[in-house]
Amino acid sequence: MIEFNDICKTYRVARRESGLGNAVRSLFKREYNTIHAISHISFSIDNGEMVGYIGPNGAGKSSTIKILSGILIPDSGTCLVNGQVPWKDRKEYVRQIGVVFGQRSQLWWDIPVVDSFELLQSIYSIPAPRYRSKLDELTQLLHLEEILKTPTRQLSLGQRMRCEIAASLLHEPKLLFLDEPTIGLDAVSKIAVRDF
Amino acid sequence: MEYKLSFLLMVIARFMIAFCELISIQFLFSGFTQIKGYTYGDVLLCFSVVQMSFTFAELFGNGFKTFSGMVRSGAFDRMMLRPCSLILQIMGTNFAVGRIGPLLTAFVTLALGIRHSQIAWNIMTVWTMAAMITGGMLLFMGLFMLEASFCFFSIQDTSLINVLTYGARSHGKYPIDIYGKGILRFCTYVIPYTLIQYYPLQFLLGKTRDWHLAFYPLGIIVFLLICYFVWRFGVKHYKSCGS
Repeated sequence: MIEFNDICKTYRVARRESGLGNAVRSLFKREYNTIHAISHISFSIDNGEMVGYIGPNGAGKSSTIKILSGILIPDSGTCLVNGQVPWKDRKEYVRQIGVVFGQRSQLWWDIPVVDSFELLQSIYSIPAPRYRSKLDELTQLLHLEEILKTPTRQLSLGQRMRCEIAASLLHEPKLLFLDEPTIGLDAVSKIAVRDF
Repeated sequence: MEYKLSFLLMVIARFMIAFCELISIQFLFSGFTQIKGYTYGDVLLCFSVVQMSFTFAELFGNGFKTFSGMVRSGAFDRMMLRPCSLILQIMGTNFAVGRIGPLLTAFVTLALGIRHSQIAWNIMTVWTMAAMITGGMLLFMGLFMLEASFCFFSIQDTSLINVLTYGARSHGKYPIDIYGKGILRFCTYVIPYTLIQYYPLQFLLGKTRDWHLAFYPLGIIVFLLICYFVWRFGVKHYKSCGS
């Protein structure tokens, strides 16, 4: 299902010492560090597998997920997900995946969660009956009854994360990427998310 | 639209700003009767066309102006994950209703300009007028897009293009040839302003009988295509920031 083959991605990061003098100097001459976020990573994942991806800070976990979801284009290597290259034909590809980024919300900040869901329904053009049944199913699974009608900005982080997961499953993706879905959660909520 | 009073004040303020520009033209022409062969009505016409196209462009393309914020906050990552056109999504994020103010001025000036000038109205001149406004709108939107594309490479905002957009808007008040040959060339070959302003204006005002000039605004499509390719190139080189 996922074929990840010998992928490399490097970033150029500007750096300077602290202080005003150095800030001015960096205007004229910049030092760059090349950071190998991912070098020669290969793996493959089959249908129905659930895989955890762990590593210390800055190990390139998020970069990998960004490549898998088609946001970043790697420097070298090949990647096939469901027989498609993620960064080609973006519109077609993203229909089949769901992505949750821990610290970035995909819900609209000011409107109730259920309105966000309805927006997603029209974005992915999900037929109404399928949307209804899927929403009911997710509401039960993730215990969302109470919080569906609250504006997103007033949810606690844990509540929001449960809604995020529901939001990325609404269009029945074949694949779900979770990038730090338990960030900032207390122990109880972490268990709840992991249980799910 | 969420806050009524602020919305109203914004509309009024923007109306006033645009109105002051109109008054400055009026003052100028109280001293002269014409500038390089252009009368008061001609300049009004020119001003209103540019004003209107710029305002329409801002109305729809405002999302592009806040684009650097989207890149930095990571909202653009989200957009890449939605199965919709990126450009439409960006245009949809920010619909600037406050632009009704300048739009109002533009309509008033247009009416004034039409009354003051002696245009023989027929299908060709109506077409020219409409083409100038639509072409101008597309031109400015292309420029907004170009500006947004720079964010892919520098992450931070670049105000470089602002020189071209806002500069052109205030320059565009007057037919471009009054600034001399150099500017005229720059505005034809670098940023094709003259295609929507100077050349069709000549035809509109009956200064020439050459009907080809009426179709010059179509040239903007080429410019728009170039902007689109730059944009596509930018998306390819997008480095998302933060985690």
